[in-house]
Amino acid sequence: MLDVLTLVTAVAALLLAAWCGWAAYRGQPTKDWHFIGMAVVTVLTLAQLVIGVVKLAQGQDPEQGTTIFVAYLLGAFACIPAAGFMSLAERTRWGSVTVAAGGVVLAVLQVRLYDIWGG
Amino acid sequence: MAVTEEKKPRTRLIAGPGILLVWLYGVMVVGAVSRSAYQIATEFDRAPLAYTLSALAGVVYGFITYTLVRGGETARRAARVCCAVELAGVLTVGTWTLIEPSAFPDATVWSDYGMGYLFIPVLLPVSALYWLRGSRQQAAAG
Repeated sequence: MLDVLTLVTAVAALLLAAWCGWAAYRGQPTKDWHFIGMAVVTVLTLAQLVIGVVKLAQGQDPEQGTTIFVAYLLGAFACIPAAGFMSLAERTRWGSVTVAAGGVVLAVLQVRLYDIWGG
Repeated sequence: MAVTEEKKPRTRLIAGPGILLVWLYGVMVVGAVSRSAYQIATEFDRAPLAYTLSALAGVVYGFITYTLVRGGETARRAARVCCAVELAGVLTVGTWTLIEPSAFPDATVWSDYGMGYLFIPVLLPVSALYWLRGSRQQAAAG
């Protein structure tokens, strides 16, 4: 369950990165649709956080330690909202680039999460 | 005219591409600080040098992020010095880890020129130095 969600989130993050990258390429700031996309990806990371904590509560252990696992879950959850707020402050193509970079960072975090859980 | 412009606003360092730099530096702050805090707290004896260097890198990243957000001429100069220090650090530690891997039983943020972090540690200071140079010219022209 967690592995599937990790994969889905990673793909969604990369799609978001490509989408915002495209907006940046065309010289556009992030728009409402982009923020809906960010919300979708954030909901995925929230689901991941909840399921991860439930799994820990059920007594399952991540391969590389509980602290690191929880830290990465929190980091993944905060990643896209943080980039989104920065793109609100910068209403140019560079705001879009920032969200695109956020998507790439999130995808990397997902790969690390997969390793940490020991999938 | 000159009278009304006496109080000049601080040079904004986070306009345009600057926002991307702040974001990436912010990510590196979280990465380096949380990583070194965890490692120093749990397994410091295994690789004291590597973990101390990671913590140091985190502090430098934190300061650069702060100066970028604050803006202004002094901050710009301070940020430039720190980016130069950062670049020197990445190059030194990167070379060090390649020449003498035995000194580093575990990786630092700056190992192998930041390969574990998509080479962001070595690319960031270069682009930041370039950006900070550009924003001065902009300020002088404007």
